[in-house]
Amino acid sequence: MDGEELTEQETALYDRQIRVWGADAQRRLSKSHILVCGLKGTVAEFCKNIVLAGVGSVTLVDDRVVTDESLPANFLILPHENHYNGKTLAEVCCDSLKEFNPMVHVAVERGDISTFGVEFFEKFDAAIISCCSLGKKKLINQKCRKLSKRVAFYTVECRGSCGEMFVDLQDYKYSKKKLEETIECQIEYPSFEEAILVPWRALPRRMSKLYFAMRVIEQFEDVEGRNPGETSIADRLGVLKLRKELCETNSLDESQIPDALLERLLTDTREFPPVCAIIGGILGQEVIKAISGKGDPLKNFFFFDAMDGKGLIEDISGPSTRS
Amino acid sequence: MVGAGGIGCELLKTLALSGFQDIHIVARDAVLRFRPNISITPYHANVKESRFNVDFYKEFDVVLNGLDNLDARRHVNRLCLAADVPLVESGTTGFLGQVTVHLKGKTECYECQPKPAPKTYPVCTITSTPSKDLLFAKLFGDKNLENDLNVRSSDATNLSEHSEDVFECRKGEDIEQYGRRIYDHVFGHNIEVALSNEETWKNRNKPWPIYSKDVFPDKLTKENGKTEKGSTTEDVSAMASLGLKNPQDVWSLAENSRVFYESLRLFFSKRQKEIGNLTFDKDDQLAVEFVTAAANIRASSFGIPLHSLFEAKGIAGNIVHAVATTNAIIAGLIVIEAIKVLKKDSNNYRMTYCLEHPSKKLLLMPVEPYEPNKSCYVCSETPLSLEVNTHHSKLRDFVEKIVKAKLGMNFPVIMSGASIIYEVGEDLEEDMVAIYAANLEKALSELPSPVISGTVLTVEDLQQEFSCRINIKHREEFDEEKEPDGMLLSGRVEAPVDKNSNKPIGNGESTSSALSTEEIQEGERDVEIQETSESAENVTGRKRKLSEVSKGSIPDHSGLPDESSKNQNQLEKLDVDDEDDELIISNDWESLTKKKRL
Repeated sequence: MDGEELTEQETALYDRQIRVWGADAQRRLSKSHILVCGLKGTVAEFCKNIVLAGVGSVTLVDDRVVTDESLPANFLILPHENHYNGKTLAEVCCDSLKEFNPMVHVAVERGDISTFGVEFFEKFDAAIISCCSLGKKKLINQKCRKLSKRVAFYTVECRGSCGEMFVDLQDYKYSKKKLEETIECQIEYPSFEEAILVPWRALPRRMSKLYFAMRVIEQFEDVEGRNPGETSIADRLGVLKLRKELCETNSLDESQIPDALLERLLTDTREFPPVCAIIGGILGQEVIKAISGKGDPLKNFFFFDAMDGKGLIEDISGPSTRS
Repeated sequence: MVGAGGIGCELLKTLALSGFQDIHIVARDAVLRFRPNISITPYHANVKESRFNVDFYKEFDVVLNGLDNLDARRHVNRLCLAADVPLVESGTTGFLGQVTVHLKGKTECYECQPKPAPKTYPVCTITSTPSKDLLFAKLFGDKNLENDLNVRSSDATNLSEHSEDVFECRKGEDIEQYGRRIYDHVFGHNIEVALSNEETWKNRNKPWPIYSKDVFPDKLTKENGKTEKGSTTEDVSAMASLGLKNPQDVWSLAENSRVFYESLRLFFSKRQKEIGNLTFDKDDQLAVEFVTAAANIRASSFGIPLHSLFEAKGIAGNIVHAVATTNAIIAGLIVIEAIKVLKKDSNNYRMTYCLEHPSKKLLLMPVEPYEPNKSCYVCSETPLSLEVNTHHSKLRDFVEKIVKAKLGMNFPVIMSGASIIYEVGEDLEEDMVAIYAANLEKALSELPSPVISGTVLTVEDLQQEFSCRINIKHREEFDEEKEPDGMLLSGRVEAPVDKNSNKPIGNGESTSSALSTEEIQEGERDVEIQETSESAENVTGRKRKLSEVSKGSIPDHSGLPDESSKNQNQLEKLDVDDEDDELIISNDWESLTKKKRL
């Protein structure tokens, strides 16, 4: 591994985790730059995790002004700071994150991320996008893919007891130890757009129902021009109609997307803190894996539902990138 | 909440965010308040203190553990049983973790399944296989403390030379002579002695003796001629004076031998005053250097891979492998179970494993809790039985090796029939203390109320509100190697001991008192969890009783990953999805339980 040795201070601070992933991985982490957009509870958990892990820098993008509604699941916002003086979510979270680990550089970038040019993303090793419209997610994913260097791309959303995470590592090579030898592995990832375009009938029979349900809700919000989470039970009929259409085009039985699940996703749009901790934790681990090149990264969706307690990985790719 | 370490801190945050309004924390670490609208009551204390009694536990709706050691876990388990309060238990190591729910009478208790006992070594193992800091204690520690290192050699033929304390520096001996003598004795002579017992080596690779003259034919002292920097004890380092920089490097035998001499020399020249009072401390650089070198020279003898100082420090110091992400995930899972407990939704309790490599696409794997083990000596009233030589074994042996080490009691009362033969407590009469002290030194059969074959002892820990009966059976002979305690407790499920792999993992740190280098030798084994096909006869029912599934095998859902052994690894998993009933049984739970090698 090229690059400088870890400092004594770093070795001491990260001792426990170096024992898990090794000094090489720690060196790579400390030189990595992470872009984070959309600061709700799940992303706050994620930020804490990678700041504790000791990444080089974290750049926060979220110009929404802090309100009482930002508070419940986001532990980076302290309630006694009643008067935020119009501070943005990114600014308040930035201040809190700095206290978690002074060795990590945490900064705020102002502006609408969808207007940032391709070169902006080149500074980063990973981009994590949350609370964004479907269109923005696709756009940022495309920008990351245009670069010659790989910028790992992640989206993450939690609604009520459910959480979803998507990963695009493009063309990802890593090595892992199998028995005594080290084997080189290569995985090809589809983009977010490519993944969600994979015809449903082409997917494995026992695909997580959450995948389909999330796509229905996502499309509904997109068509209606709403921000993620701006739904209620009043949208039930509209959503059921969309489900019918999507199921017909995709030759999927409507029972694969149960009414009850859709209703939960529509009505309980607030984040549930234990789910934030879980999804934020898994996301943290995946970003650490991608940066350190250590360990099998997950491909390419992860679902968790507190109702059944399962944390499921699904590979949703077209035939060309199916592993 | 009990414990405010890695899991505890994450847990407190998630509890507070999730709307828990009244949280009490017993922990030795300090606790931070970040949501002022919630009542958080910290008890900055050890959970084993007597004020945390059964009445204390009864005040709570649910107890959540974020502990790091077996002892405290057992203690809390017993009190939760006594108070009939549900317990959510957790543990993590590296990327692995697990959460379990324990509700008296409904699910198994924490102790229903085997937990590897704190590791003890038979004397012969200590002298013939590598050991950690025994040598350190022998050289720098309290000479009066018992130490097994030299036992075997004093039995040897060369009695006159070796029955004296060879570890004492002799008059007129310079530090190099002394160092060489220790070196030759430990790595040469002791190995030769061990080799002379041919029985031992029938089924294992023979070690070879290493003598200092082979490694260093020339005189060592002052060969580098450098003056040592640093005058305070913390600065003294053999690595520094030898110019070894990277603690991650694995040293050669020659380098290890150099470090051995140099650290010994530095102890005697720079830290003379401490000699005789030192105990191994993972934060003492020179101590870690010495132990690393000694363990590596030993390992060379046995053809075991050597380790870097960084790795050796982790092993010798029993450093927990921990990452924030796993702790956060586990804390989230604890809260989900805690909410079910408060809703009394006991049909939906799950124990959940956080895996490193997905099994059946599952990275978080929920499993239905097991039913209580009917022969559990903790949550059922099944008596234990003890085979012991009642003429030879003293009450002290019984107290130390069984009551404390195996049964995990802190304040035991031992009764034979109606008479108390031993008791530990804070407010005992002086004369009773004297009687009990005298009893400790008596053989069991010679106690005022003799303990002989057929005696039923009742052992109670009033603090834990826990009591069990032990049927005593006299037995004359014990196998020194297989039954080093000289007694055999049965009726209590114990983890099978495999000499290569029963290392306690991660947060069970305190369960291991000594760790041999041999234990870390096994290679990286890549293991996949195999699934059985959906066998028709097994997929009929919806939620099968787990007892049916696990018949004939030892379910290993117990200690993972905090203190699990790797051998009895079976995994039963029930998928309770309405339509996709499936069953996975794996014989290889290893990938979950193995400690990550660096």
